[in-house]
Amino acid sequence: MTYCFNYKILEEKLKNKTVGIAGCGGLGSNCAVSLARSGVGNFIIADFDVVSKSNLNRQYYFLDQIGQKKCFALKEIILKINPNCSVIAYDVVLNKEKIIEIYKNVDVLVEAFDESFMKQAILETKLEHLPHIPLVMGNGVAGIFNINNIKETSFDNVYIFGDGISEVSENNPCLAPKVSIVANMQANKVIELLLNL
Amino acid sequence: MKIILNNLPEIIDRDTLTVRELLNIKKFTFKMLVVRVNGKPIKQQDYDTTYINDGDKVDVIHLISGG
Repeated sequence: MTYCFNYKILEEKLKNKTVGIAGCGGLGSNCAVSLARSGVGNFIIADFDVVSKSNLNRQYYFLDQIGQKKCFALKEIILKINPNCSVIAYDVVLNKEKIIEIYKNVDVLVEAFDESFMKQAILETKLEHLPHIPLVMGNGVAGIFNINNIKETSFDNVYIFGDGISEVSENNPCLAPKVSIVANMQANKVIELLLNL
Repeated sequence: MKIILNNLPEIIDRDTLTVRELLNIKKFTFKMLVVRVNGKPIKQQDYDTTYINDGDKVDVIHLISGG
């Protein structure tokens, strides 16, 4: 599939779109930054956690943001890249009801959770309650191996990126390269979906 | 019966088959799964009462922690 677009078309199309990002960790922070750089104008982001030193190995935060709520730290970074962005940041523990409430009007929703039960929760919520909103997920991002098995799986307006097998554990931590690769594949798909709208 | 499991043909030596039985037979014991039968998502509480028929297309997606 080929698209014909230039900076002007990109800017015009993306600045009025709204991307929801569920989770502001390794996937969410890196994905949001790429989307802000690409010209997406509106973000709805949510996370309950605070930035800690151990996050800096993969998440798009800085030493001086340690202790800040991730949703507000990410908002600060997005606005540093593009002060014209609108960023609504929710400091909240997401669940199925909150996901519907917060993200029901976004153009595209990005799943950027760490825990698999939350990945399942957002996928089930999307399929049941938000069928019209595309969901772009990350699945299998830990460690440094299986890079060549990272692929896109899609069905029913759901797009899943990752190697599908690499689970995070004490002996297989998430690291910047692979997490960023998947986060940016998600961002790339978001742009593709937004340009197609 | 013959089904398509994750895009590959699979012969299961059963006349009737629930989603739960398929997961057990295939040893899909991973804690976070999303199951779809002919494109329709099946909730966890319906695994025992949802039957898979000959020719059905079944997708089982493993959801992996990390992000």
